[in-house]
This record gives sequence, C-alpha cells and structure tokens, in this order.
Amino acid sequence: MDFALSQDQRLMQASVAGTLDRACPLERVRAFADSREPLAVDVWGALAKLGVQGLLIPEEYGGLGLSLLDAALAAETLGAHVTPAPFLASAVLAPLALIGSGSSAQQSAWLPRLAAGEVTAGAALAEGVSGGRDEAGVRAAKGTLTGRSLFALDCVGAALLVVADTMGQLWLVAGDAPGLSVVPLVTIDLTRRVCELRLDGAPAEPLVAGDPAATLTRLRDAAWTLLAADMLGAGGVMVDKAVAYAKERRQFGRLIGSFQAVKHLCAEMAAELEPCRALVWYAAYAQDYVRAEASLTAAHAKAHLSEVSRFVARTATEVHGGMGITDRLGLHYWFKRVGLDRQLFGGPERVRRLAAIVQGLAAA
Amino acid sequence: MDLAHGPEHQTFAAEVEAFLDAHRHRWPPAVGATREQVVAWQKTLIANGYAARTIAKVYGGYGAEPDSLKSRIIAEAFTRAEAPGGLAGQGISMLVPTLLEVGTEAQKQHLVAPTLSGEMVWCQGYSEPGAGSDLASLRTHAVEDGDDFLINGQKIWTSTAKQADMIFCLVRTEPQAPKHAGISYLIFSMKTPGIEVRPLKTMTGAAEFNEVFFTDVRVPRTQIVGARGEGWRVANTTLKHERGMLGDPNAAESRLAAIMSMMKTETVGGERLIDNPVLLDRLMRLQAQVLAMKFNGLRLITSQLAGEAPGLAALVVKLQGCELNHQLAALAIDVLGELGALYDNSPHLRDHGAWQQRYMFDLGLIIGGGTAQIQKNIISERGLGMPREPRTVEG
Repeated sequence: MDFALSQDQRLMQASVAGTLDRACPLERVRAFADSREPLAVDVWGALAKLGVQGLLIPEEYGGLGLSLLDAALAAETLGAHVTPAPFLASAVLAPLALIGSGSSAQQSAWLPRLAAGEVTAGAALAEGVSGGRDEAGVRAAKGTLTGRSLFALDCVGAALLVVADTMGQLWLVAGDAPGLSVVPLVTIDLTRRVCELRLDGAPAEPLVAGDPAATLTRLRDAAWTLLAADMLGAGGVMVDKAVAYAKERRQFGRLIGSFQAVKHLCAEMAAELEPCRALVWYAAYAQDYVRAEASLTAAHAKAHLSEVSRFVARTATEVHGGMGITDRLGLHYWFKRVGLDRQLFGGPERVRRLAAIVQGLAAA
Repeated sequence: MDLAHGPEHQTFAAEVEAFLDAHRHRWPPAVGATREQVVAWQKTLIANGYAARTIAKVYGGYGAEPDSLKSRIIAEAFTRAEAPGGLAGQGISMLVPTLLEVGTEAQKQHLVAPTLSGEMVWCQGYSEPGAGSDLASLRTHAVEDGDDFLINGQKIWTSTAKQADMIFCLVRTEPQAPKHAGISYLIFSMKTPGIEVRPLKTMTGAAEFNEVFFTDVRVPRTQIVGARGEGWRVANTTLKHERGMLGDPNAAESRLAAIMSMMKTETVGGERLIDNPVLLDRLMRLQAQVLAMKFNGLRLITSQLAGEAPGLAALVVKLQGCELNHQLAALAIDVLGELGALYDNSPHLRDHGAWQQRYMFDLGLIIGGGTAQIQKNIISERGLGMPREPRTVEG
C-alpha cells in the first residue's frame, strides 16, 4: 500500500503551480473578473504548454492519458490560484463524456482539439445532478434539443457543449448551433463563467456508446471530486494567508499571531482542512481504481470540503480583521470561489442525501 | 497512490485471520476475564507477533522489523473478527518505549518482559491537582535520605492505580533548579508503604481514575530512569507515545458502523430512525469526517514507512479524532431520543448505556492527554510556525 503522491504527481503539481504563479497572479485574476472576456487566453495557453487540457485524454488523441487523481491535483492548484480557466467542463467533463459514451467518430472529432487547448467545451448537467430550478430542463425530440439548462459551466465561447436532457441522456451540441443561445449568469465568483443555455430546436448528437447512464454518474462523481479539490486548494491558500498575516500584523505591541485567540483560529482551520487532503486523494483515486466506492467518496469529499472551506473562508477573513473584507486585499476571490463550488452540482445537504442513497440508506 | 496490498501483505492478512480462527476458543471473554486468562492470551499474541511485535526478543517481544502497514492489518483483522487485541495499558504503550529509549540495561531486562506479558501492571504518576496542562510545575517532591529517596505529595488522574503493581512517577528532586530542570522520573512498587490510593469518581458514575497520596514513601535511589533532573526529557519521550494513542480512527469507524446499524433497526412510532432526514444528514456528515480521518491515517502510515516527517497530518489527529468520537457518541444518544437518556441498568437500556458513558468519558479524553486548547497551541506553533504566547515572569 502506498497512500501518497508519486514523484511525477508532485512534479506535475509543482509545475502547474509555477506556471500559474507567473501567468495568473492576483492582478490577472482581477482583470479577468472585471472584464467580459470569455476566456483568459494567456492563462489557458500557459496551461496548454503543460498539457493540462489533455490530462485525462488518451495519448492516442494527443492527451496525457492520466488518472482522475492527476486531474484533481491540477484542480487543487487551479483553486489555489483562483484561476480563471474552463478546466472542469473542458478538460474533465467533456472529455469524460466523450471517452465514456462517444462514438469513435465523435472522439476523433473532438478529443485531439480539446487536448491541444485549441477549442474549449462547456457542460450543462445541472438538472441531471442537482435538480431543475425555475422550470429548467432540456427535452430531446428528433435529434434536437429544446428547453433551458441553468448553471451551465464554461459555455461562453465554447466550440462544443455537453448537455444532459431530462431523461439523463447526454448530447453534444455545437457552440454555433442554430437555436442555441448562451445567457451569462452572474455569480459571486467572477473567476468562472456560469450561464444559462437556451435551446430551441438546436441540433444535437446523442452520446450513446457504452453505458450512458454510467457515464452521467461518472461525470457527476468527477465533478464532485474536482470541486472538492478546488475547495481544498482555495482553502489551503486562505489558511496560509491568514497565518502569514498573523505573523506580520502587530497590535498591543505584539504580533497578533502570538495571541491564542488568533492562533487557535488558525489551528482550527488547519485541523479541519488537513485531513481533507487525504479524503480528496482517496476519492479521486477511487474514481479509477476503487469503483465500488467512487460515488460515495466523491459525494463525501464534495459535501465535507463545502463545509470545511466555508469555515476556513470566514475564519481566514476574520483573522485579517477589517482588511479581510476589503476588495484591495483580494481574499474575497478565494472566499467566493468556494462559495460557488459549494453550490455547483448540489449543495452539501443534497449531496449527503445522495451519499446516503448510493449506500442504500435511503431510497432514491 | 496504490491502495492494494502487495503479495507479502496479502499473505500476512490471511495468516492473521487464520490465527484468530484457530485460537477462537482461547479468547478471553469480553466481560469478566480473569487476569490469568488475559495474561495467557497476551503471551499467545506475543509469541505469534500480534502484540509487542517490534520489540526485541531479548526483552520479551516478538522481534519483527517495524512495518506500520502490518500493524494496521493486525488491528483491522482483530476489529473485524471482534477478537480481543493485545494489551495497551500505560505500562505497555508509554513506559516500555521510554525504557527502551532511555532505560538502563538492567531496567530493560527486569521490567520490559513482565510488563509486555501483562504480569506487571503500571500506572502513571504525572498530573497533580496544581499541575495539569502546566505539568512541569508539579510539586510532589523527593529528597535524598541515605540510599533512598523520600517522596511526599499527591498525584491525580491515575487510572489503573488500584490494579497497578508499579508506578512511573514524576517528582521534583532539585527544588532550586528552573522548573523543567528540577524533575526526576522514578519507578517504584505500588505496595511501598506510605502510598494511599483513593478512587476518583467521575460524572459517568464510575471511578475510572484515582488520586494517589505519598507520605514519606521510601524508594531506593537506583529506581530512577535517566539522571536526576532529566525527568522532563524522559517524560517527553513517553508523552510523545501517548499522543499517538489518542484519537485513533479505528474507534471512530466502529462507532459509526454501530450507529448506522442501530438507525436501521430502531424505530420511533413505527418510523425507522434512518428514515428521519435530519438524523440521516448528521450521520452522513460524520461519515465524511470518519473517512477523512481514516484516510489521513493511511497517509500517515505511508509517510512513516517512507521515513518522512508527518507534519500537520499527525499533529491534528488527537484534536480531531477525540472530537469526532465525542460527536459520534452525541449522535447515538440523539438518535435514541428518550431511550438515549436511560442509564445504569434501566429497563429498555440500549448497548448497556455505553453511548452516554462514552459521551461523558470522551469529554475527559478531549481534556486529557493535552487539552484541546494545548493541542491548538501545538498545531499553530509546530505546524504553522506561529509565535508562542509571551511567558509571564512566574511561568
């Protein structure tokens, strides 16, 4: 048994972190958040040099053919840098949909271009996972889709959209398909683009190879796992920032980090967050290698990181005192990042309910 | 990451299971086992490498190379089979490692083997009424009198003092020295004249602890571990071993399983408890935490095997593990509702009242072995590199 990252995984994570330190400092995040640019082309390009877009795509299609744990490590690093990048939809959900249930023609058409970062893909799966809101839902008829899907990820400017209909069937829709419009939704987190898809007889191709229902489950579990990893990365940075601030800020003639009231807040954050690292690793590993536990551990990782990262976000803000809530400090980008992660693909109560269902403790 | 066991460990797991099966008739009963039965079982476990596994044969152990994964496989197999595991009293888990690290050859020869076998039972004389978290301020003192030390003072929180044959005890021998430098680590028989043990009843209704009073207790000067004034350093060897014991994720996992099965079978007004969405949500929240601590434990085993410093992942175990166990007991009480308030030998009592007993006793574990607040100091200072609270003049 070896419960640790491999040397390659550590190196990969370090190189993604190094690239983002250079290509995606906080000023770049701010510029993206303040603009309407659909894609931070420079950041995406820097990630493409490392092959991040093709992490999960088989080598025969130009990807790296790595595991979901590798993708989770990338997601953790992206979360740590509050990176504006369509990683979840374009590098994880769309490739997994194609790999799981795409025909070989569909795979050949899209996987190489996704792997190279030439095009991006969006994903509209919310109704299939977290339930329809405001009467959203997409219906299929005669190879076309009609209806609306909310909380679609990374769809602005995407060449390809993966859409789940109300029956749980997955479809591919071209980004320029007639009858498709993409309406931006504004969330608290401006580092990612979330939108509403409106479909009115838009032509679509079904993804029917293999076991499509299992593919949708795999997409849900992968999304949960990677959102958990994103929260782990963002949470870790918030702890680091709070600790660093407490070691430089002086009041009453002392570093505030020498007051137990402040130290204990930092200790509580670290104590809650550190075991989450092993939980995320395990859940990500399980997606490929312990399939029987894949859904359960993904759900628990998602729900638990949602709780812990919320606690960390508010506590790290408090440790910074009044500065914590200012725009200038910028801590709010991490605060809001985990705020969106928490709700996407179901908030913790809903996800825990699903955790109970997958182990037979509750009826679906 | 590769969570499969290799062939060596697979074979090992099968061996442990076969051993437990073949020796089932020799398991001491869970309740009311005699000391003879317990010692006989412990000796069988040592002979087969399932207790005192890595301690050298010359000192009464099994003499295997350290392999924390094998230790885990043993623990898991025993839990699965509900078999009585090796003894884990303070003598075995704290005194033995300390003697092996800093004891004299004679001490190791005479004391380690009977302690491991359970024939010699120990208690720990550390805490005092005035020396809890600030243990180094202890005042029980020993003065030289001929070839002996003469000990006077009082200890508290001494579990197993009633049954113990021996005590390992911190006493002040150099009253003029700074507080950490004036302490010595003595070991002596609990039958020595002048020792009085008074049970300390806790809120559970049982006396899990004792107070121990010393009045002119005469102990030969050779009964010391390490040199005079080095007791604090010696004790820290021991405390390091204690922290590893508390917050064990195996206990949390079995508690969770017990609560889950209780929620499936118990009903209120005809409704199964598991069908109550609020209780189910609490169960799921705790399951996530149990899994996190379990996987954190696996991560620690790997870093131990690789000889890496475990860092924060190890520092948080006592704080998080004890809190988690306590929350599990709280959930069990709450799912039982009114039945959860029953105690002692009441009609309708569930699980012999264990959940209330644990809820109360575990609060003591959150406080003992370094309080939660002391743990947070340790995490922030050693784990996060934060500054110490400035010392007051007297502290």
